[in-house]
Amino acid sequence: MTPTSRSEFLAGVRAEAPILLGVAPFGMIYGALAIAAGLPRDAAQAMSAIVFAGSAQFIATQLIATGTPPLVILLTTLVVNLRHILYSASVAPYLQRLSIGRKALLAYLLTDEAYAVGILRYQNGAASAGRHSAPRRSEHWYLLGAGLALWCTWQLSTAAGIFLGSQMPPTWSLDFTLPLTFIALLIPTVSDRPALVAALAAGAVAVIGAGWPYKTGLLAAALTGIAVGVWAETRQNASRQHGAILPGFEALAGLVGKTRNRLKPRFRPTHSPSAGQDASQEKSEEA
Amino acid sequence: MSPTTLWLTLIAAGLITYAIRLSLIVTWGRVTPPPALQRALRFVPPAVLAAIIFPGLLRPDGPLNLSPGNTRLLAGIVATVVAWRTRSALLTIAAGMAALWGLQALMARI
Repeated sequence: MTPTSRSEFLAGVRAEAPILLGVAPFGMIYGALAIAAGLPRDAAQAMSAIVFAGSAQFIATQLIATGTPPLVILLTTLVVNLRHILYSASVAPYLQRLSIGRKALLAYLLTDEAYAVGILRYQNGAASAGRHSAPRRSEHWYLLGAGLALWCTWQLSTAAGIFLGSQMPPTWSLDFTLPLTFIALLIPTVSDRPALVAALAAGAVAVIGAGWPYKTGLLAAALTGIAVGVWAETRQNASRQHGAILPGFEALAGLVGKTRNRLKPRFRPTHSPSAGQDASQEKSEEA
Repeated sequence: MSPTTLWLTLIAAGLITYAIRLSLIVTWGRVTPPPALQRALRFVPPAVLAAIIFPGLLRPDGPLNLSPGNTRLLAGIVATVVAWRTRSALLTIAAGMAALWGLQALMARI
């Protein structure tokens, strides 16, 4: 490890640190839930290392606890983790010069949280060095630092959760943290009308199909939601082109958009300066 | 589920997840996901998450329960509002659990 690599590695760890504060409680909740669901301690811990994907682990735990057949669990895991294809596609151009072993390691560490931090470093590096230049070797250490920091936090917090989980009485309804966690993950993904329609359609089918054999209701619901989302988006685009959207929906969408913009600076501080710049530019043009 | 089945399921789930993460890194330049798949991917998280959340809130004990006595549904609504207003996962979980415990204590008194 050269001095540059080391400083990049540590910078990656530092960039990941605030996210780790949010991840650690999740790891503990997962560990506690897995024990409450009846998973053996070693299997609960191993899942954090083998699968290493928070939401998929929560869902798999619930499915295992309710006696779902393995094939349905695996299909559900596939659907839930499909979003990682986007991350894989996004970092792929930056990793092309690496050996297959290093690609394999970074792919293993490519979680939502490590991707979010790592891709910014690559993009900033590419922006400062010119669009078509290959990333400097040291930048991969940044992603490695972020990924490993997350990995260690996830394993340790899982272990802590497994330890605490075996001491918590069932009357605490701790299993309810699972739907609550998913609500926290769901709300930010409902960013427009097609996404909202997708969520409602999936939810409705899931409620109807909750009693279906082999937990197939969940899969049917997810696939229905995705199909309805695509359909709603297609329809929205088509009606935009024809200018035939209902005025009520437009007003509602505008209201939701405004609330969102008002909330945005709190979560994405990087967006507000550019928004301010745009506003001042508009003003100077008017003047 | 037998221990052997459990472990085989865990390993297979891990391999599926890993294959997805590795897929386009190793095939870059040779394979591009079809546009239809790229469009559909955006709806995977909202659809999957809603499919998991809804039955737990609306059918907590099996049959559909829309009564005010359904503490999980009420606590879930509280959590949804907090998630929407704050976008903080920890606040959402804290508010939802506080609401559930509060409502359960209230139901026990009635």
